[in-house]
Amino acid sequence: MTTDLGQFVLYCAILLACAPLLGGYMYRVYSGQAVLLSPVFKPVEKVIYRICGIDAQASQHWSRYAVTLLAFNAAGWVLLFAILRLQHLLPWNPAGLPPMSSDLAFNTAISFVTNTNWQAYGGETTLSYFSQMVGLTMQNFVSASTGMAVGVAVIRGFAGRKIRDLGNFHVDMTRGVLYILLPLSIVAAIFLMSQGVPQNLNSYVDATTLEGTKQVLAQGPAASQIAIKQLGTNGGGFFNVNSSHPYENPTPLSNLLQMVYLLLIPAAFCFLFGRMVNDKRQGIAIFAVMAVLFVAGFAATYSAEKAGNALLANNSSIIADPGNMEGKETRFGILNSTLWATATTAASNGSVNAMHDSMTPLGGMVAMLNMQLGEIVYGGVGAGFYGMLLFVVLTVFIAGLMVGRTPEYLGKKIEAREIKLAVLAILTMPIGILVFGALAATVPVALTAVQDAGPHGLSEILYAYSSATGNNGSAFAGFGAGIPFHTTLQGIAMLLGRYGFIIPILAIAGSLGAKNVVPVSGGTFPTHGPLFVALLIAVILIVGGLTFFPALALGPIAEHFAMLAGTVY
Amino acid sequence: MLNLLRPAIGMAAVMTVITGVAYPLAMTGIGQGLFAEEANGSLIEKDGVVVGSRLIGQKFESDRYFHPRPSYAGDGYEGDNSGGSNLGATSQELVSGIKARALDLSAENGNRPVPIDLLTASGSGLDPDISPESARFQMERVARARNIPLNDLEELVAAHIEDRTFGLIGEPRVNVLILNLALDEMSS
Repeated sequence: MTTDLGQFVLYCAILLACAPLLGGYMYRVYSGQAVLLSPVFKPVEKVIYRICGIDAQASQHWSRYAVTLLAFNAAGWVLLFAILRLQHLLPWNPAGLPPMSSDLAFNTAISFVTNTNWQAYGGETTLSYFSQMVGLTMQNFVSASTGMAVGVAVIRGFAGRKIRDLGNFHVDMTRGVLYILLPLSIVAAIFLMSQGVPQNLNSYVDATTLEGTKQVLAQGPAASQIAIKQLGTNGGGFFNVNSSHPYENPTPLSNLLQMVYLLLIPAAFCFLFGRMVNDKRQGIAIFAVMAVLFVAGFAATYSAEKAGNALLANNSSIIADPGNMEGKETRFGILNSTLWATATTAASNGSVNAMHDSMTPLGGMVAMLNMQLGEIVYGGVGAGFYGMLLFVVLTVFIAGLMVGRTPEYLGKKIEAREIKLAVLAILTMPIGILVFGALAATVPVALTAVQDAGPHGLSEILYAYSSATGNNGSAFAGFGAGIPFHTTLQGIAMLLGRYGFIIPILAIAGSLGAKNVVPVSGGTFPTHGPLFVALLIAVILIVGGLTFFPALALGPIAEHFAMLAGTVY
Repeated sequence: MLNLLRPAIGMAAVMTVITGVAYPLAMTGIGQGLFAEEANGSLIEKDGVVVGSRLIGQKFESDRYFHPRPSYAGDGYEGDNSGGSNLGATSQELVSGIKARALDLSAENGNRPVPIDLLTASGSGLDPDISPESARFQMERVARARNIPLNDLEELVAAHIEDRTFGLIGEPRVNVLILNLALDEMSS
């Protein structure tokens, strides 16, 4: 218990120390100021722009920014789809793996382009090294950098006065990759290799065990992909079971680094925001909202898993302590597994170091709820922050209604257009989760994917569609998501969850950027104090709670009471 | 349209070269240079034969060895087919499986209660470790099967307990393969 608390405090302290520093660095990068790495990357940047015919000085209207982004993502999708379908003809395929089926490749390509990184496949059994490196590792970088670019462009809109444009997508995207993601990934990849994560192009190794049986050990260029998978809130594992695999996450130290990387950039975004709007208190207020929700989610998950499976309690032949160990690794234990589970669903990372399907009903529910709230508790790189700004807009609107004044945020009047767009974006979550989920829960062919009987079966469906729409990527992995019904519907859910947020929020930023700033007066509602923090938390929980509570009651909550009553399915 | 397509395709190509080829190959070069053993899978060789990896658990069924946790990686500890049970908490298969296993293991090991990690499958199905309690739990059985004094085994297990990193991070554990290798060495 004491060491658990100690580890939790250590984790939070590392994040708190690093996030403001990185936020400051990102501020300099995205505003084009010189940084330590400029002498290395400035020339590279110039070459890239020349090859691609990009005018780095040209600033883009929000609609142009969005279209450029969509064109780039579409090109990335085509490229990745082609690699997955042709991997048997391409090099670096020592295991001789066949091409991916077309529906699975459709799903996987969307999954990685949208920064979801849902794995409807098993890495070591399905993908060649070429597909992993050239196909997936590349998308790990650019999908993350796309999210960060949108985050930055949106903040420019919130911060600017009477500006027409939000910046240049290509420039933001390139700088994100070169100055932020690449250097941090190199550091992490080297550290992970020192801990035992493989990085080679060898064939799978045949071992003869001490008892004389044969064991095939999967290999591959894992460390380079795992580094960016954590940093870019991607989450697609090199191996099937992601970071619970001892090659993917061998030691407590590799685990700590991967957990820190998971929330590093999303947390830094709060401080980047403070710098860009020239009022650090605004960033800290949002950071505080996220921190409260994060700690509450962690406390609930931890206590549920620590309490363990009630169906195994009071059994004279079982030592139930330390708690629910099904699906968890010995080296991580309850604390590191639940801390990771909270962080990965609060962010849109979706990597796992324990199997969420085997968590207690309430532990699994918190993970699900984190995703359903829109993954705004730190959230995906860039994506979490612009998602949170939608709730901010909604909150100042509600606060304005309460006191009968035109709502303002950062001196910008929030009017009907912004609210309509914000609600439009927020509605994508219930559509993807509840409408698609209901479809999956009624169509007979879809139901064949469900592994567990009873309420847990519904939880599996709900989790899958929450994860896809939220661009998370984690799973209740017993769910057989590989059948064409789900690969297709989830592909659509992922597109909806990604671009159904990006386009409205860019439009909001465009419209706010064009406005002038109203001077602060006695009637201005301050958005940096505890009252605003509390109000924002309340709005998030009420919107999320009212929308998803009925579905959760039929899934995890029903399962919890069934468990307490001693029912099995 | 063309002024949209050229940068899109160009950027995809350039980023593929930088992040999909140059970066992973550079890391492979660094790994092979600095951490050759780790980057190649932390393999353990005995008499010139690879017997496994320090990091990957393997199946042990004989009474003469310490046993690992249950595994759902293929037919159990398949190193190219990682996987957990993914059974939910109210699954009959999970609950009755754990209870039956508890009775068996308890009977095999002096009718003592069984630590929970020996009854539950890990997430990867390749967990190389068990808890120190689970190692101690099996000592009597191994000592009997090998006809060696229990004291020697107690010392061996104690020497193989890996503590939390810096006394704080992670959980105390025992690597089953390393322990069993040491056990073979001690016996011979």
